[in-house]
Amino acid sequence: MASSGSFWMPEQGSTIAADVDTLFDFIYYLNVIFFVLITAATIYFVVKYKRKSDDQLASSNVGHNTALEAAWTFVPLVLVIICFVWGFRVFLDQSVAPANALEVQVKAEKWKWNFQYSNGSQTLNELFAPAGRPVKLVMSSKDVLHSFFVPNFRIKSDVVPNRYTSVWFEAKEPGDYQIYCTEYCGTGHSSMLATVKVLPAEEFDKAMLKGEWPGQSGEGRDPVEWGKELYVSKTCNACHSVDGSRLVGPSFKGLFGKDEKMTDGATVKVDENYIRESIMDPNAKIVEGYAPAMPSFAGQLSDGQTDALIAYIKSLK
Amino acid sequence: MSMTQAGFAHEGAQETNYLQAKKGLMSWLYTVDHKRIGVMYLASVLSTFLLGGVMALLVRAELFTAGETIMGADTYNRVFTLHGLVMVFLFIIPAIPAAMGNFVLPLMLGAKDVAFPRLNLASFYVYCVGTVMALYAVVAGGVDTGWTFYTPYSASVNGPVVMMTMAAFVLGFSSIFTGLNFIVTVHKMRAPGLTWGRLPLMVWALYATSIIQVMATPVLGITLLLLAMERVLHVGIFDPAMGGDPVLFQHFFWFYSHPAVYIMILPGMGIMSELVTTFSRKTIFGYRAIALSSIAIAVISFLVWGHHMFVSGQSVYAGMIFSFLTFLVAIPSAIKVLNWTATLYKGSISLAAPMQWALQFLILFTIGGLTGIFLGTLGTDVHLHDTYFVVAHFHYVMVGGTVTAFVGGLHYWWPKMFGRMYNEKLATVSSILFFIGFNVTFFTQFVMGSQGMPRRYYNYVEKFQTLHQISTMGTWLIGAAFLLMAGYLIASLKSGAKAPANPWGARSLEWAIQSPPIEHNFHEIPTVQEGPYEYPTTVGPAKH
Repeated sequence: MASSGSFWMPEQGSTIAADVDTLFDFIYYLNVIFFVLITAATIYFVVKYKRKSDDQLASSNVGHNTALEAAWTFVPLVLVIICFVWGFRVFLDQSVAPANALEVQVKAEKWKWNFQYSNGSQTLNELFAPAGRPVKLVMSSKDVLHSFFVPNFRIKSDVVPNRYTSVWFEAKEPGDYQIYCTEYCGTGHSSMLATVKVLPAEEFDKAMLKGEWPGQSGEGRDPVEWGKELYVSKTCNACHSVDGSRLVGPSFKGLFGKDEKMTDGATVKVDENYIRESIMDPNAKIVEGYAPAMPSFAGQLSDGQTDALIAYIKSLK
Repeated sequence: MSMTQAGFAHEGAQETNYLQAKKGLMSWLYTVDHKRIGVMYLASVLSTFLLGGVMALLVRAELFTAGETIMGADTYNRVFTLHGLVMVFLFIIPAIPAAMGNFVLPLMLGAKDVAFPRLNLASFYVYCVGTVMALYAVVAGGVDTGWTFYTPYSASVNGPVVMMTMAAFVLGFSSIFTGLNFIVTVHKMRAPGLTWGRLPLMVWALYATSIIQVMATPVLGITLLLLAMERVLHVGIFDPAMGGDPVLFQHFFWFYSHPAVYIMILPGMGIMSELVTTFSRKTIFGYRAIALSSIAIAVISFLVWGHHMFVSGQSVYAGMIFSFLTFLVAIPSAIKVLNWTATLYKGSISLAAPMQWALQFLILFTIGGLTGIFLGTLGTDVHLHDTYFVVAHFHYVMVGGTVTAFVGGLHYWWPKMFGRMYNEKLATVSSILFFIGFNVTFFTQFVMGSQGMPRRYYNYVEKFQTLHQISTMGTWLIGAAFLLMAGYLIASLKSGAKAPANPWGARSLEWAIQSPPIEHNFHEIPTVQEGPYEYPTTVGPAKH
């Protein structure tokens, strides 16, 4: 990584991060200087002019001082105008994507992130991006407000239904970077996490051509272990527990092989086909006592990933 | 303040005070005495503060570990929503104007009551109705929208959101009644000789607050009513599913709620001006600048709402204008802080309990104000918006500012209200405990926020665990500070030393009458001959 981050800021992962941090540091030093001046003056006055006898009077009768008051109005005004102008310039850089940026469509919904690339492929909760090239995200929401935030890139924008918003970044180096949802969206808000997976540019191009992203095949992996990872990374955990507790949807614990009663009165035995159907077409059958709240994952999970999830659910006795 | 002596009781001869004047529960429920209404408000806001405070402790306890600590995600979401709603609408907005303002405003003006005593009582009952509605919404299943009610989430979730929004609407009327009453009282009921230039700065602050209350609160009412219409009648206004615009709600909401931030802080600034002068025995530095900056804040505060929406999808140019206006509103607040600091210069400074809180205000509010620069600046706000940095910033302003001023004011006017002194030693312990606890709780949140910790998160990634735990431990100190305070204040009512008329040597009118005051405040309306901060000094009278 280019920089390991400071006490205040996480490591810089994008080209604009350094500009934001320089501005942050400037304001930080302004803060420190003014805080020290005001606090030091306060403490000094309190110690120096502390009342020593009950009848002690003040030793000044000055009610105002035009020059001093003008100075402390004017100086902060100039300083905040500098902050304003500087901040606006950085904001323009943050807001306007380079014309040659690669576009990725982002769909947010409770409580997952879906990314669609120009080759037609989709990924869930993993945004693949090339290092050293600008990427523009065109985002919208399927339900309520969400917000797309990558601390390492210093970018954030709300994601709104019936409207497009966008952010852009140019990642400096390959690596994984945390994505958070930062607009409150209900039960699974804090599990609505995703990762930017920045690949070396050649690797990214190869994957785009092939239409398959790293980690989608799961070759040579223990399916249960892989499924356990996917359970978190694909945010199944926002609605389904593995300890038997009731969340938005039924718990996975002891689910496989169980007879479930559906809202239409039918009883279904939970097997591989039922689980697969529930993932791809969740409203086909609804378990009694639950709302039809689950979004479809069709096109967002590879066959290997679906198999791994089923293997994981099977393992939860 | 020197004035004609006719208006005041003779020293030593305690007359029947307003607490003793009438007996029984009914004498309180039907009272139109501004002092009794102030005391009833005080009891109410202290109760809601306790409720909101317990919710805060629960929120922090849950965040002691990642994942489930003591409650599930849905419960957590309701608890943090309740914390915000109770603290904003039931505690902080009415706390200083309605509880302390009601008590001291007519006294400071040399008046026998507010202009409309019955409207004043009505405002209290409307507040009670709103509070009951809000608490009903909680009992009936909770609201988990956050105190901001953002659509379309608030339009889509189950739970008695409509009841809660109507409660906020009703509470708004209570604020309007109080605001209207204060404006008329300040204009029409000042004692002879009490010119605008001789008003205590607390009165200026309450006056500016009232203007905002009367002008901004209707917008909240309209917004919440539209929201309720959408929920009940399915008229598409904010919900995109019905053809509405979800971002419109944010404009409406912040058009009220940003001015409301100043409803919360301005009265606290008023208290600060009283405390700093009284406990320095010195005239205020820059009377005119402080008075006019309150009015400037009241006006400009209506023009900055868009700074809550820099990343909402509003246009880049709207962002630019709101950023600029936001910096303009920062200047009057900075001027006040510098004036208070300058007032200390060559004063005769006492560190009595109210002053301890005033000094905390100076330090904590300075941090709150300065960190606002990061958020008003577009380039840095993008990164910090909706993180713990924002949470820390507004707690430094609202708790470090308003709550410390409220507590300072409570300790300052307590002897006047109840005629008893409290234990100064315990008060000192309490204020030190609070200062440490507060910084431990919220300074850590600045660091978490700039590192990327989003707000309103039930769960968090592992790297934030240590800071979250430190922050939670800070709340235990704050809790202990308030528990101790409740203890010595209640004890003072029974066994505190009798308070003299003017225990602090202050100069404004409320200290010229006995503690507690008689029912009608003044036997005869006093005539005022000089400003409120004319302390004798070793170098002659105050110069302006």
